[in-house]
Amino acid sequence: MFALSPEDLVVLALLIPAIAAVLIPLFHKSPNVREAVTLVAAALVALTVWSLLPLVLSGIRPSMKLAEPVPGVALAFAVEPLGMLFALVAGSLWIVNSIYSIGYMRGNHEPRQTSFYVCFAIAIAATMGIAFAGNLFTLFLFYEVLTLSTYPLVTHKATPEAMRAGRVYLMLLIGTSMVLLLPAIVITGVLAGTLDFKAGGILDGKIGAAGLSLLLALFVFGIGKAALMPFHFWLPAAMVAPTPVSALLHAVAVVKAGVFSVLKIIVYVFGIDTLARAGTTDWLVWAASATVIIASLVALRQDNLKKRLAYSTVSQLSYVILAAAILTPLSAIGAAMHIAAHAVAKITLFFAAGSIYTAAHKTEISQLDGIGWKMPWTMTAFAIGALGMIGLPPTAGFFGKWFMLQGATQTGQWLPVAVIMASTVLNAAYFLPIVFRAFFAEARPAYSLGAAANVDSDAQHDHGEAPWPIVLALSLTALATLALFFAPDVPLALAKLMVGG
Amino acid sequence: MTALTTFLEHYNYFITIFLMVSGLYIVIARGNMIKKLVGLSLFQTSVYLLYVAPGKIIGGTAPIFDRAYTVYSNPLPHVLILTAIVVGVATLALGLALVVRINEAYGTIEEDEIFSADGEI
Amino acid sequence: MMAFEHHLPILQVLVPMFAAVLSAFCMRGTTAWAVALVASWAALLIAVLLAIKVFASPEPISYVMGGWTVPIGIEYRVDRLNAFVLLLVTIIGAVIMPYARKSVAKEIDSHQQAWFYTMYLLCLTGLLGITVTGDAFNVFVFMEISSLSTYVLIALGRNRRALLASYQYLIVGTIGATFYVIGVGLLYLVTGSLNLADIASRLGGASAEFQRPIIAALAFLTVGICLKLALFPLHVWLPNAYAHAPSVATVFLAGTATKVAVYLLIRIFYSVYGAAMPFTSLPVSEILLVMSVAAMVLASLSAVFESDTKRMLAYSSVAQISYMTLGIALANESGLTGGIVHMMNHGVMKAALFLALGAVFFRVGSVRLDDLAGIGRKMPLTMAVFVVAGLGLIGVPGTAGFISKWYLAVGAIEKGYWPLAFVIVASSLIAVVYIGRVIEVAYFREPSANVASTRDPPLSMLVPMLLLGAATLYLGVYTEWSAGLAQDAARMLLGGLK
Repeated sequence: MFALSPEDLVVLALLIPAIAAVLIPLFHKSPNVREAVTLVAAALVALTVWSLLPLVLSGIRPSMKLAEPVPGVALAFAVEPLGMLFALVAGSLWIVNSIYSIGYMRGNHEPRQTSFYVCFAIAIAATMGIAFAGNLFTLFLFYEVLTLSTYPLVTHKATPEAMRAGRVYLMLLIGTSMVLLLPAIVITGVLAGTLDFKAGGILDGKIGAAGLSLLLALFVFGIGKAALMPFHFWLPAAMVAPTPVSALLHAVAVVKAGVFSVLKIIVYVFGIDTLARAGTTDWLVWAASATVIIASLVALRQDNLKKRLAYSTVSQLSYVILAAAILTPLSAIGAAMHIAAHAVAKITLFFAAGSIYTAAHKTEISQLDGIGWKMPWTMTAFAIGALGMIGLPPTAGFFGKWFMLQGATQTGQWLPVAVIMASTVLNAAYFLPIVFRAFFAEARPAYSLGAAANVDSDAQHDHGEAPWPIVLALSLTALATLALFFAPDVPLALAKLMVGG
Repeated sequence: MTALTTFLEHYNYFITIFLMVSGLYIVIARGNMIKKLVGLSLFQTSVYLLYVAPGKIIGGTAPIFDRAYTVYSNPLPHVLILTAIVVGVATLALGLALVVRINEAYGTIEEDEIFSADGEI
Repeated sequence: MMAFEHHLPILQVLVPMFAAVLSAFCMRGTTAWAVALVASWAALLIAVLLAIKVFASPEPISYVMGGWTVPIGIEYRVDRLNAFVLLLVTIIGAVIMPYARKSVAKEIDSHQQAWFYTMYLLCLTGLLGITVTGDAFNVFVFMEISSLSTYVLIALGRNRRALLASYQYLIVGTIGATFYVIGVGLLYLVTGSLNLADIASRLGGASAEFQRPIIAALAFLTVGICLKLALFPLHVWLPNAYAHAPSVATVFLAGTATKVAVYLLIRIFYSVYGAAMPFTSLPVSEILLVMSVAAMVLASLSAVFESDTKRMLAYSSVAQISYMTLGIALANESGLTGGIVHMMNHGVMKAALFLALGAVFFRVGSVRLDDLAGIGRKMPLTMAVFVVAGLGLIGVPGTAGFISKWYLAVGAIEKGYWPLAFVIVASSLIAVVYIGRVIEVAYFREPSANVASTRDPPLSMLVPMLLLGAATLYLGVYTEWSAGLAQDAARMLLGGLK
C-alpha cells in the first residue's frame, strides 16, 4: 500500500479535518452524507495519530518546515511526546464526540448544523496544529485559529445572550493572546534568537531571573485558554454553546490547548531546570493554587450543571499549571497524565449533562432528583466521570494527582500538597451530591422549583434515556476513564519521554 | 540698524511670508467657499514669489544668450513656477467648479449652512 | 528589445497618461474601460519587468529625460524601494479594473463613465510618476496630477456630500502640496539642485549657516506629506473622501494613494536627508511616534463608533497608516521593514475589504451597518473575503497583517521601546471590535427584507476580490515577495546610517 512517512502522517492529521471542513458544506442538502464525512474524517484522524504513536514511542521525532514568513519565524511542525499525547486525546475523542454531536444536534433540532460541523472540523485541525507545533509561532498561529473557529460555535444559538458570551470569549482570548502572548513570543525571539521548542529550553542564560519571571507571567496569562484566574471568565460564558462544543472544545481541545501550551512552554522554552535555578516562580504556584481553590468554591455554588462543570474545569486546569509550576520531572509527568485523565472524565460529564438536556430538558442540578433511575446509563457514566474528577481509583484521575503529590513532597513544597488535598475534598463536595441526588433523592414535583405551569408538565413528562448515539458516546468515554486507570501505559510512557529527553 | 538691514536684504521673504500666512488664515477663518479658494490661491501665489525672487541675480540680465553679457538671471525658477501657476489655475478652476455644483446641490456656499443642512459630515 | 527595456521607467508613466487621453475621447463607458484595463495591465507588466531588473542588480536604474544629464535634466530613478511601491500601485490597479466595469456602470451615470476612467488613469499616472521620478519638482507636478484627478473621482460619488468631501480634500490637499513645494523651494535655494539624489549629496556638504533653511525645509516637507498621507491629526479629510467616493475609486485610493505619500516621506527622510539627519536635527521621530500611537488608538476607536462601514474602514485606514509612519519613526531595520511591508500588506487587505463593500453596495445599494444584517449567508463569498481581510487588519497570525506587526514589534523592542510593542499589539484589539461588529451583524442577525434575495456579485467582481483575499493569506505565510523585498529596501535605505 502507501508508504507514508512520519512527516506525511503529521500533515495528514491536519489536512484531514481541513479537507472535511471544505467537503461538509458541499453536502449541506443531505445531512446523512454530511455527518458521514465528519465521521470518516474523525476515524481517519484517529487512525493517523494512533499510527504515529509507535513511531514516537520508538524515538522517531518527525519534523518539517513548511514556510518561513519571517527569517527565524517558520511555520514548522515537530512531534514530541507531550504533543503526541495531546493529539491522541483530541483525535480519539473527536470520533466519540462526532457520534454524540449527531445525536445531540438532531435530538435538539439545532439550526445551522452545517456551519457547526465545519467550524468543529476547523477547530480540530487547529488543535492538531497546536499539538504538533514545532515552534512558538506555529503554536500561536493555530492557537488563534482555534479561538476564531470556536467563536461561531459559542455564538451558535445567535441569541443576545450567546452573542454577549461570544464577545467575552473572543475579546478575552484574542485580547490576552495579542497583548500578552504575542509580545512574549516577540521578546523570546529577540532574546533567544529562535522560537523553536527544544528540550531543556532556549532561554538559559539569555535573561535574568526577574526578567524570566516576568516573561513567564506574560506567557502564562497570555494563554487565556488555560483559564488561570483572572482570565477565566470566557469559560463559564462559553457554556451557552451547544453541549458537544462544551464537551470536546471547552473540556478538551480548547482548554487543553491552553494548559498544553503552558506546559510545553515551561518545559521546552524555559526549561524546568532553568526555571528551578532562577527560583522566581513561586508566584505561579500561588496563582494556580488560588485558582484551584477559588474555582472549586465557586463551582460549589452553581446550580446550573454546565456552569458547575465549567468552574470545575477552571479548577482542574490549574492543577496542570500547578504541577508544572512545582518544577520537578515527576510533577511534570503528573501534569501530562492529568491532561489525558481530565479530558476523558470531563467529556463524560459534559456528555451526561447534554444527555440530560436532550432527554429531560433539564439544566439545573436542583431538578435532577431521582433522574438516575430514568437515565441509568447517563448517570452511571456521570458517577464514573465524577470519581475521575475527584481522583479516586479506579479512575484515570488518580495518577495525575499521585505524581503531582509525589513531585511536591519530594521537593518539600507543602503548599501544593495542601492545595491538592483541599481541592480533592472540594471536588467531592460539588460532585457527589449530584450523584446522590440522582439516585437517592425522591423526584420532587416541579412546582417546588418555582417553574411555570407548562414547564411543570414538561419536567414531569416521562422521559427515558437520550438517543442512542448519545448513550453510546458517553458510555465509551466512561469506559475510557476506567481503562486509563488499569492501562495507563501510553500516556505514562509519553509523559516519561517528555521529561526524559 | 542691523535689524533694518537684515529686513531690507530679505524683504522678499517677508512679503512671501506675509502672503503665505494671510492666505492660510483666509482658508481657515472664512466660511464662504469662494473666499476660501481665494485664500488658497493667495497662499499658492506666495510660493511663486519664494521661487522667483532668488532667481534674480544682481547685475544679471534676462537669460537670453548673447556675447555682450556674462551674468544672467537663473531661468530655472521661472520655468518651474510657470508649471506651478498652471497647477494653481487648474486647482482654482476645479475648486470653483465644485463650488458651483455645491451651490446647485445645497443652494448655499456657506460652510456652516451646509453643515447644518446635512449634519456634520 | 534593448531599447524597449531601456525606456521602461518613462513608459511606466507614459502608458497610463496616453491611455487617459485616449479614454477621454471615448464616447462609451465600456470602451474607456477597455482602454483603462489594458493600460493598467500594461503598467503592471512594466512594473514587474522593472522590479526584476532592479532586484537583480545592486545599482538603481537611472533614466535621463531627453538626454539631459543629471542633475540638469529630469531623472527617473528606480531603486528597490520604489520598484516595490510601483508593484503595489500597479497590482492594485490591475486587480480592480476587471471589477470596475459592473460597479462603475451601477454607480455612475453612463455619460460620465468615460470621464471616470480618464480620471482613474490620470490618478494612476500621477501616483506612478511620484514614485518613479527622481526629481523633487517633478514629484510636485505628479502629486498635483494625481490629486486633481482624485478630487474629480471623489466628486463623482452619487451623494451630494461627495462634493463637499471633494472640496474639503481639495483645500487640504492643495495646502499639503504647497507645503511640499515650499520645502522643495528652500532646498533648492540651499543646494541649487532639484534632483533628489543630487540634493542628498549636496546637503552633506552644506555649511553650518545653511542648517536653518534645511531644517525649515524638512519641517515643511514633513507636514505637507503628512497631510497627504493623512497622519493623525491631519486625517480629517480622509474618512469623508473614502466614504463618499464611488466604490472603485475608494478601493483604488485606499490601496494606493496614501501608500505613495508614505513612500515619499520615506524617500525624503532616508534618501534625501540621509537617515540620521531628520532624527537628530528635529524631534521628527518622537513626533511621528506620538502621532502614530495616537492614531492607532484614537482612529481605531472612531472606527468602532461608526455606523457606515465605508467610513469605519476609512478610520481604520488612518490607524493602519500609522503603522507605516511608526516604522519610519523607529528607523531601524526591522521597524522600517515593517513599515514598508505594511504598505503592501495594508494595500492588499484594505483593497479587499473595500472591494467586498463595493460588492455589497452593488447588490444592496447601501453599506450602512444595519443594512448588512444577515448578509453573510446571502453573499457568502463576498463576506468570506471581508472576514479574511478583516482578520488581516487585526493581525491574526497566518495573515499579511501579522507579518507587518511582527516586524514592527521586533523593531520597537530592538530600539528599547518596550511599552510601544504592547501598544502595537493592543491596538489590534480595537480592530477586533470593529471588524467583529460587522461580522456579528452580517452572520448572526436575521436577513432584512432588502437583503433577502441578494447573492454574490457576478464573476468579474468576485474574482478580483477572491484574489486579494487569497493574497492576504498568501502574504501571511510566503513573504519573499513582500517582506523579503521590503527588507532589501530597508537595508538599502539604512545604508546611510552605517
